[in-house]
Amino acid sequence: MDAASAAETLNKDHLMGIGNARKRKEDPRFIQGKGRYIDDIKLPDMLFAKMVRSPHGHARIKSINTQKALGLPGVHAVLTANDLKPLKLHWMPTLAGDVQAVLADEKVCFMGQEVAMVVADDRYIAADAADLVEVEYEELPVIVDPHKALLPDAPVIREDLAGKSEGAHGKRTHHNHIFTWEVGDREAADRVFGQAAVTVKETMTYQRVHPSPLETCGCVASFDKVKGELTVYLTSQAPHVVRTVVAMLSGIPESSVHVISPDIGGGFGNKVGVYPGYVVAIVASIVLGRPVKWVEERIENLSTTAFARDYHMTGELAADRNGRIKALRVHVLADHGAFDACADPSKWPAGFFSICTGSYDIPAAYARVDGIYTNKAPGGVAYRCSFRVTEASYVIERMVDVLAQKLDLDKAEVRLRNFIRPEQFPYRSSLGWEYDSGNYPAALQKVLTAVDYSGLRREQAEKRARGELMGIGLSTFTEVVGAGPRKTCDILGIAMFDSCEIRIHPTGAAIARFGTKSQGQAHETTYAQILATEIGIPSDVIQIEEGDTDTAPYGLGTYGSRSTPTGGAAAALAGRKIREKARKIAAHLLEVSAEDLEWQGDRFQVKGVPDQAKTMKEIAWAAYNNLPEGMEPGLEAVEYYDPPNLTFPFGAYLCVVDIDRHTGEPKVRRFYALDDCGTRINPMVIEGQIHGGLAEAFAVAMGQELVYDDSGTLQGASFMDYFVPTAVETPYWETDYTVTPSPHHPIGAKGVAESPHVGGVSAFSNAVIDAFAHLGVTHLSMPYTPWRLWQKIHDLGLDKRSG
Amino acid sequence: MIPASFEYHRARTIDEALELLAKYGEDAKILAGGQSLLPMMKLRLASPGHLVDISEVAQLKELREADGLIRIGAAATETALLHSALLRGKCPLIGEAAAQIGDPQIRNRGTLGGNLAHGDPGNDHPSVMIALGASVIARGPAGERRLPMDGFYRGLYDTQLEPLELLTEIQVPTPPARSGAAYLKLKRKIGDFATAASAVQLSLGEGDTCARIGIALTNVAPMPLRLSGAEALLAGKRITAELIEQAAQIATGACDAADDFHGPSEYRAQMAGEMTRRALAGALERARRD
Amino acid sequence: MGDKNVLRFTLNGRQVEVLAEPRELLVHVLREQLGQTGTHIGCETSHCGACTVDLNGESVKSCTVLGVQAEGAEIITVEGLAKDGKLHPVQEGFMQEHALQCGFCTPGIMVRAFRFLNENPDPSDEEIRLGVSGNLCRCTGYQNIVKAVRYAANKLKAARAQA
Repeated sequence: MDAASAAETLNKDHLMGIGNARKRKEDPRFIQGKGRYIDDIKLPDMLFAKMVRSPHGHARIKSINTQKALGLPGVHAVLTANDLKPLKLHWMPTLAGDVQAVLADEKVCFMGQEVAMVVADDRYIAADAADLVEVEYEELPVIVDPHKALLPDAPVIREDLAGKSEGAHGKRTHHNHIFTWEVGDREAADRVFGQAAVTVKETMTYQRVHPSPLETCGCVASFDKVKGELTVYLTSQAPHVVRTVVAMLSGIPESSVHVISPDIGGGFGNKVGVYPGYVVAIVASIVLGRPVKWVEERIENLSTTAFARDYHMTGELAADRNGRIKALRVHVLADHGAFDACADPSKWPAGFFSICTGSYDIPAAYARVDGIYTNKAPGGVAYRCSFRVTEASYVIERMVDVLAQKLDLDKAEVRLRNFIRPEQFPYRSSLGWEYDSGNYPAALQKVLTAVDYSGLRREQAEKRARGELMGIGLSTFTEVVGAGPRKTCDILGIAMFDSCEIRIHPTGAAIARFGTKSQGQAHETTYAQILATEIGIPSDVIQIEEGDTDTAPYGLGTYGSRSTPTGGAAAALAGRKIREKARKIAAHLLEVSAEDLEWQGDRFQVKGVPDQAKTMKEIAWAAYNNLPEGMEPGLEAVEYYDPPNLTFPFGAYLCVVDIDRHTGEPKVRRFYALDDCGTRINPMVIEGQIHGGLAEAFAVAMGQELVYDDSGTLQGASFMDYFVPTAVETPYWETDYTVTPSPHHPIGAKGVAESPHVGGVSAFSNAVIDAFAHLGVTHLSMPYTPWRLWQKIHDLGLDKRSG
Repeated sequence: MIPASFEYHRARTIDEALELLAKYGEDAKILAGGQSLLPMMKLRLASPGHLVDISEVAQLKELREADGLIRIGAAATETALLHSALLRGKCPLIGEAAAQIGDPQIRNRGTLGGNLAHGDPGNDHPSVMIALGASVIARGPAGERRLPMDGFYRGLYDTQLEPLELLTEIQVPTPPARSGAAYLKLKRKIGDFATAASAVQLSLGEGDTCARIGIALTNVAPMPLRLSGAEALLAGKRITAELIEQAAQIATGACDAADDFHGPSEYRAQMAGEMTRRALAGALERARRD
Repeated sequence: MGDKNVLRFTLNGRQVEVLAEPRELLVHVLREQLGQTGTHIGCETSHCGACTVDLNGESVKSCTVLGVQAEGAEIITVEGLAKDGKLHPVQEGFMQEHALQCGFCTPGIMVRAFRFLNENPDPSDEEIRLGVSGNLCRCTGYQNIVKAVRYAANKLKAARAQA
């Protein structure tokens, strides 16, 4: 065995470090029912809270009568806005620079809005009491269509903003207007469009959806009156920021606020925000001096916390006759609901939407997003993607297909002609991003070969000749993940870095804590693998902890695929600090100078003398009893990592769909997903994340939609109607990869879990539309339910039976 | 999602169930599998003061054949229907429909009687039973009544059952030799109600002519729809592709579906036709092989 | 509030006795009264299957069964799958095939898979998908769940062959 492969064997097999498909460390507790999720937490004397919510989309509250509810035995309190007013907690700041009513103050602006909270001995009494709270409403005109929200005589949704012509993101031009965000050189783009040989334009609605993790949101708040300390367990993807916000809002010193995220049953963006339920439960605990639990029901989850998307987009491309793209223009009407509670970095009202030039070298581009209030639930979270990246990727991946159709070019060929070339990296996009690395043509070519793309196109031609509907969808997407850097990205003024704190114990086992928070991404496994490779101790003996703000170092949390780019980088650098100290200890033990040692994966060895070595285990012991003169004892390191740039994972997906032309049912026959997330830490975990992201993309493209009727009533806010596919509907996934490391990340990793969602949605969409492309169809709105497809089929006369 | 309070009574026999019903009157509801009733109670769309649980009444779970009738106890679960060798051999339509209801866990609790008595137009067994020419037995203070499934429904959630009556048994005429059946259900996903579904039960006579046929639709009107017109069209004839086409058009024309998540009424009507087309073709092929 | 009655049943082989109102859902009896929190609540409308338990040898959704209906019953939850400190092959399969991520749906799906493999010891992939179709998972995309159930089926088959 040569030295390189020996090192590989040591790293993968012995240490189970980077690259090892090791089994997950979190699994034993989960498969034995010993996970500890929010609703599993039970404190002595705990009470249960239930929210009373508005049945109307827009109404004035004439009165609230709590007497009957308070009269029910076992009810301890019914809180309304009036109870929160003395504490100045009836409104709270949102992540997007707006304010949101905690409990409705004189009027409600969306169906399901929080009006009162009852607190009772248990959830049964709380449910009975909630029914007894009498609220008298006077209904107001409702607006659910963002296109109508800006009409001069549209109803005023936010009376509290009357007279405020300046919002958190600049000028407001209408009472239902939140912001206008522009990026790029409009004049340059317009010039190109004016002279272009070919232009295409398409409007597309990216429907309102919901991340709907299987566990809903909830919290247990416990205020200790004697100590003046507040402990809050909650389903948060970002517990440290929550602690800071709670301390600021409550006036309790941050050191006396303990926020703990226990095991989280999926997040997908739903658990980034701070919701009224948390705030009122905390107030209730402070007022009553007893622990209070509040857990959403599924209907509440779907109708009040954290919608995603609702982007109404117009895309335009200008190109030459060879299909070479010269310019992009995009306009978005962004429906933010009744309060602007989007979970984006503070300076980014439309998130990273400006990644909308995608994987293509487009010299001129301009994008504009107008944020609008409507009588719908607030939210605007990144559902399994970095901030607004799915929307951005969708518009460009769709537009490239539209251009190909216009020019009668193959959809793969147009992509190949426009890709940013490998030698152009690091690449500066016309909308200001610096793409770190990529090899887009290689990825696409690999997929085309694997699926026999030309064979599929031949089959499609034969089927079209027979009147059958078969579509081939491509998506060659680029994501942008891993916020910071701190100079451009913050949450409520807190820079978006992340952190790792590691302590090696005398026996060579270790504990490492992070500022991120897994919701199923296997941090306990993969962080340990990074540390194992960096420090040279087996990942099995490295325990990872997150979520407890008392013990974990400050961090910004897990969303936007930021854990590996930031927390993973912090792990690698903290590990290197450990190694540097270890080198000095080893030199002391071996009585040589540190420069005479070389690192052998799990030990320091005197250069060229293999039997003169000290393993990391031996060094750990020495760190506590045999140190060089003047060195402080222990073996610990802390790293707060501010990323120099974001990372840009990418992929090439291909989807084949057959559509039944008599029922409209789409059947995904094949889905081939090639992902490049740079260095691969655990291939098993990566594959699992990709399967999951693709399944969520499938759900969005094929069926998910939060529909409001004209009265502002949300239709179908349960799993009976809201589409969550089962194992039977979900397609089979084929996965593949290339490896293009990030040049600026310590281990070259980029983050992966959201790519399949970002790339998947447009692949499904492009496949379905491609099935109709030969008939001149350039776009169809999601979700692709059988009836929508049948409607198109019927309009085109394709469902006629011959003879 | 917490039901309002109620009193619970577990009946051991049919008589005990009837006594409890008589005692508590309209404030009582029968709890069979509970897979429709309990969700409605959790949403507080129903708040009965008393629940009479019949899921443990052994008499109501029997499944047998006698005198040319397949007799199924009202509390037989969907799973029991699926696994019944008697049904598989002599009346496979019932199991075919049961397999398309809910999911495995729901089928373990949900009962045939509950599915029929609930009166939800989305339920699948009503159209199946109409196609089969089945009847139900209702027992109440005044004794026992036999009610043909055709005509059993009076409207949305409204049946011929009187408040103090209990649906005890379903009686299905055993299909003769050379019978074929099919239940075609278009749905968005497992566990979903039908966008449209069509039940066909037919028997062939001499020269492959259609000796008997029942066709009924699910979830495209406030009640299950029997397609008498299509039945009349096909009865006594050799079923051809042209006739199937005409029957499908009758199905489409008969619908009175609402616009909902499954699609607008026009689509659902068209799908009722499509499902009927496929169900007829499938049933015919099976009858020819029978 | 309704009156509470004594309710007795067998939970994972152990006799238990609790006081419960008639309206208390079985899932709440298990979680709140008996502290068996492995069984989860995901949707309350009997669609997600996170609350799946084994009731008298059948998989049921415990959010849509009343606690009183379990009187005298035998119930198995995720906490009862492992025997004598040894994981059940279904549990082993879920770990080996990476069939879980956040872990929230996992107990319900495993309890369902445990019963399914009794009903159908040698299933095809399609049968497995139908067999667990009463359980939703938002994380895994199901493919590894199918593999895990197949893993368990093979392991159980091998054990039967040895016996």
